[in-house]
Amino acid sequence: MRYVDEFRDHEAAVRYVRQINRITTREWTIMEVCGGQTHAILKSGIDQLIPGKINLLHGPGCPVCVTAVELIDRAIAIASKENVIFCSFGDMLRVPGSSKDLISVRAEGGDIRTVYAPTDTIRIAYENPDREVVFFGIGFETTAPANATLVYQARQMNLKNLSILMAQVLIPPAMEAILSAPGNNVMGFLAAGHVCSVVGYDDYEHIVSKYNVPIVVTGFEPLDILQGIYMTIAQLEEGRAEVENQYRRAVRREGNITAQKIMGEVFNVVDRRWRGLGLIEKSGLALIHKYAEFDAEIRFGVEQLTAEESTECISGLILQGKKKPYDCPVFGSLCTPEYPLGATMVSSEGACAAYYRYRKEGTESIKQSGGKERP
Amino acid sequence: MSDNEYSGLSCPIPISEYPHVLLAHGGGGKLMHQLIEKIFTATFANPMLETAHDGAVFKADSDRLAFTTDSYVVDPLFFPGGDIGKLAVDGTVNDLAMCGARPLYLSCGFIIEEGFSMDSLWKIALSMKQAADEAKVSIVTGDTKVVDKGRGHGLFINTAGIGSIGHDLTIAPSMVQPGDAVIVNGDIGRHGMAIMAHRESLSFETTIESDCAPLADTVMRLLDEDIEIHCLRDLTRGGLAASLVEIASVSGYRIAVEESKIPVVDQVRGACEILGFDPTYVANEGRMVIFVPKKEAEKALAVLRDQGLWPEAAIIGRVGDERTGIVTMKSLIGAERIVDMLSGEQLPRIC
Repeated sequence: MRYVDEFRDHEAAVRYVRQINRITTREWTIMEVCGGQTHAILKSGIDQLIPGKINLLHGPGCPVCVTAVELIDRAIAIASKENVIFCSFGDMLRVPGSSKDLISVRAEGGDIRTVYAPTDTIRIAYENPDREVVFFGIGFETTAPANATLVYQARQMNLKNLSILMAQVLIPPAMEAILSAPGNNVMGFLAAGHVCSVVGYDDYEHIVSKYNVPIVVTGFEPLDILQGIYMTIAQLEEGRAEVENQYRRAVRREGNITAQKIMGEVFNVVDRRWRGLGLIEKSGLALIHKYAEFDAEIRFGVEQLTAEESTECISGLILQGKKKPYDCPVFGSLCTPEYPLGATMVSSEGACAAYYRYRKEGTESIKQSGGKERP
Repeated sequence: MSDNEYSGLSCPIPISEYPHVLLAHGGGGKLMHQLIEKIFTATFANPMLETAHDGAVFKADSDRLAFTTDSYVVDPLFFPGGDIGKLAVDGTVNDLAMCGARPLYLSCGFIIEEGFSMDSLWKIALSMKQAADEAKVSIVTGDTKVVDKGRGHGLFINTAGIGSIGHDLTIAPSMVQPGDAVIVNGDIGRHGMAIMAHRESLSFETTIESDCAPLADTVMRLLDEDIEIHCLRDLTRGGLAASLVEIASVSGYRIAVEESKIPVVDQVRGACEILGFDPTYVANEGRMVIFVPKKEAEKALAVLRDQGLWPEAAIIGRVGDERTGIVTMKSLIGAERIVDMLSGEQLPRIC
């Protein structure tokens, strides 16, 4: 199949691995930001092919994983109300809040529906004029244009029974938070290609110059990731720190202007709490005043609802790249995809879920070898 | 259902009389008898059913029998490539075939929601008859219930089946041996993606049709050719991955497959790529894995491909001698990873 097979080609992968091996002279730690990349790395086995000197850390780019527990609790409070149809992407339903998850609310009689696109909720709102329809607006810059379109269209259609619970987050501030945290060991980033396809990569220039780390905008196919690793290692070995674009077939420097326009029309930048990372300044999107009537937090009066995160789960350290899933004492024992203690075990893009699914076999031996996955 | 020998027939219960199933159709009175006689007995027509007895009485031609049951709750009831009736016959026939049995008789229980279209019920009954004829089984006993509107989802069907075993092989996951070849009879993932596309109104350039098909004939052919089958498993919910994981776990041996050898048609691959699905976890209804000794693998493949029966049949891996009970897959770029069951259903990626 075109545009897929050529990026999974065995021969080309072998050549890239050889090139990476050739230029790598010392240990480097780089982080792939996006959960989709983490998933691809483990599924295709890239971590086993690249030199042992390269340590891949898995970043915070999983929208399900980073949604703060208090937002889950607010979602649960809204979804439990009579007369509400609560719409969400499927993965969010199983993320534990303080006391339960959305799936339990559904079992208790709540009308919670899985949707594939935010704008699906417009049809639901239109067909159910006597009920309140709420969409859980999660995700990064990638989902923001579609979520903004939902609100924009709701206004155009004068839909009074539709609102959005905003949990939207932004990637560059999280990368800065990781770099400026004490004990950071990230030396370079594979930036999330899909995020950049929307907002471009100008924002990374100041991160590169401030922290002196290479950032390579990278795609999601195995060869994209291998090339992204190669470009990052090449910069590190040569002592360079620049923004480079591996994912040129999808990403332009300026991004998608149309998408940015609709985001600018509907959202403004606010401080946001992240699961595992805490409050990060200017890292979230909220509805601007003009669209405040569509804000579910205001409509249902749940803005004051706060919650503290569980201390059992080390997903915060995993999302910051300070720990790997197998460093967690309950990984694969008390915490599994069937009974997740934290969000990183829920979403298929979560690092713990990816390790569990593709690497479970080696759990014990990996732990004993002190975290090195290769012999 | 389309283009079959029954198309063109019209529902024997005139639509002007009862266009929808009433609660009374399950009430034990005249209406119920009329429904059973005109829709079911007349369609499934066979001497055992016509005795109108409480059960079917028959002689078996073997002292080894296989017995299985399954319930069908698919939504939508009609989908590209099949419907709930075909599924209810093929699914149970296939479960018998996986035991190495030749399917003989099926029972059929209908749970119908009040208000269900009589014409749809008739179409589904015809589809079951056609599927039963194709699989050479008879529907010999049944049951009909009607539940209040809102307490069903249109129609649920349960079928149970009995088959006879005319050979001495034990076909089971515990018989899997190191060195066995793992064969799949065709490309995977069509049924799940057909249902998904139809249910969620996802349209692709070409319609993906379900792979719903009976497998008993194929299994009988393999047995007739004296192929020493160690294990058979039809790939239903959970897909190829779940079936292999179950077999590996019971047999105790490692099953190693290669991603590049697993047949998936471009339509299914494309749809999976768009949604972020892995075809190895997508449901099938006419696909199976076959474990045979390595020396018989090519012969088995030739039987499968003979007369264009299963042209896409392929050897996708082998059983290793490591007693780890896991499934591993060599990825397209050449690295190896574990294959596990999913904890629930696959969900489309978010971004």
